[in-house]
Amino acid sequence: MSVVAEIPIAAPAARKAGNWLLVATVILLSVWVLLPIYLLIVNALSSPEEVTAFPKRFLPSFDFGSLSFFINFAGVGRALWNSVLVATLTMILSIGFGAPAGYALSRFDFPGKGTFRFLVLMTRAFPLPLLALPLAVMFIRTGLDDTAIGLALVHTTLALPFAVLITFSLFSGIPVELEEAAWTLGCTRLQAFRKVILPLALPGIAASAVFAFTISWNEVFAAAVLTIENRTLTAFLLQSLGESPLYLKFAGGAALVIPALIFIFAVRKYLFAMWGIANR
Amino acid sequence: MAEIAIKHVAKRFGGFTALHSIDLTIADQEFMVLLGASGCGKTTLLRIVAGLETPSQGEVWIGGRRIDHLPPRDRGIAMVFQNYAVFPHLTVFENIAFGLRMKKLPQQEVERRVTRTAELMHIEQLLKRYSGQLSGGQRQRVAVARALAMEPDVILMDEPLSNLDALLRLEMRAELKGVLAASKTTTIYVTHDQVEAMSLADRIAVMHQGHIVQAASPVEVYRNPAARFVGSFIGNPPMNFIPATKTANGSWTVAGLTLPGPKSDKHKIEFAIRPEDVDAGDEGLHATVRVVEPLGPHTLVTCDVEGGLFRAILESNAAIAVGDHLRLAPKADRIRWFDPETTNAL
Repeated sequence: MSVVAEIPIAAPAARKAGNWLLVATVILLSVWVLLPIYLLIVNALSSPEEVTAFPKRFLPSFDFGSLSFFINFAGVGRALWNSVLVATLTMILSIGFGAPAGYALSRFDFPGKGTFRFLVLMTRAFPLPLLALPLAVMFIRTGLDDTAIGLALVHTTLALPFAVLITFSLFSGIPVELEEAAWTLGCTRLQAFRKVILPLALPGIAASAVFAFTISWNEVFAAAVLTIENRTLTAFLLQSLGESPLYLKFAGGAALVIPALIFIFAVRKYLFAMWGIANR
Repeated sequence: MAEIAIKHVAKRFGGFTALHSIDLTIADQEFMVLLGASGCGKTTLLRIVAGLETPSQGEVWIGGRRIDHLPPRDRGIAMVFQNYAVFPHLTVFENIAFGLRMKKLPQQEVERRVTRTAELMHIEQLLKRYSGQLSGGQRQRVAVARALAMEPDVILMDEPLSNLDALLRLEMRAELKGVLAASKTTTIYVTHDQVEAMSLADRIAVMHQGHIVQAASPVEVYRNPAARFVGSFIGNPPMNFIPATKTANGSWTVAGLTLPGPKSDKHKIEFAIRPEDVDAGDEGLHATVRVVEPLGPHTLVTCDVEGGLFRAILESNAAIAVGDHLRLAPKADRIRWFDPETTNAL
């Protein structure tokens, strides 16, 4: 009898301890991610005087002094424009190449398909610093250095694997019978794609585009190495970090992080789908 | 006129042969059912006719026109898929109108045909809905209406009822038969459900391992199976088989019983009889009862005959208990004989 009585006591105790561990881990990870963002936002929304003052405020004073100083800082407008330009080009290139690749992977069987999928991922295994010097040399020779399209090409290689994998999972989630039904109802392959597959895949493709945009927007290393005059915002901030005042750093950091966060939050559903969690 | 002629069609997937040189002619307005277990090649054959799969060899003709090199849209076919394939981003109306719009028919004609087929399938109140707001049965109706609206020469159906629940399947089966007969199209219908096949078909093509074993009317397929497989596949419970040994030319011993049979130079062949074609009486096969299952209209009795299982369907008022010894007399005109080597009927 005693054995029977002991188990119900021991089991909830263990479960309780497990729950505590889970909660603690979740809190720790959340703090790890959220605390810097919190500090960034509080300081970006405080006046320059408050940023350097002590003790700190827990709530921002919603003073836009730091932000307006950042916006009017020489070169920021141009860097911001460069960032948007490069990110937009990256977005167009990675969807332009990635979506057809994703479609082909999901619909056709061809020799080396598995290897191709693996290689797509492998492109992320090469550290960018290793490639930066040869790339810079090659870009200077071809005249691509310090241009938006040159940097966009590098960012595309970074974003492309994700574009391929997201769209692959997206197209795989659309039953092939829908396409076949369209063929039997009078569509060519292209018409079936345009009238049936595209409307169904469009939200996901848009999400994949936004993700590519964010990758380019956040990228700093290649941007710093490959641009001099036409700095993107990340490269510009990295360059001026040493000599700029603290409140400028906070405002710049916020300007970089907030759009990226909003974009990723908007498309999070599709990023989970990338690994086939949502589909299949 | 849309006669379908399938000539020497074979399909190989790598080293696997899904279809071995199929020859089949389907008459204009005929309802042909391809029946077989999963993996027998029936869906592959249908998809070859539809143009969704290319044959490794052979020709497909529809209405005197060779179509195996044409894309699906130029074949004059419409198809109903197992999972319905109703476009989720379009309303029911636009789904049914989809093919008509591709044909660039005038709006008036599109509306006329959509309304007519929707009424035919009893979905006229659903025309404004999306597929997500429909039940499985309603989606099935939309898929059939979409195919009918095309007014095709040939309708191809790939297990259209297998995703429906039993009651709905029964209802849709009867309805489909009526609608398709009225539409005067030639139909190829794929199913693994023998009851569905028997009830719908003008002719059944029984498929097994990439071959058509028999193509005949439902009753013919049931009564006179061309091969052992057909007898064992069709009928629930299936045919009984007992080895037979030659005693004289045209005379065979089956489980101790001597029966007249085919003249053959073989020494051993197989005797076959349907469970409902035996009578319990004073003479016949010696059987020991193992299981008794009263089913209402009749009683299913599973017995031992010469160490093998033998099923008999007997009158439900017969008092039979487990362990009883029975004599089961096969009806002479219902006995069939098979060659155990070729498995073909003798």
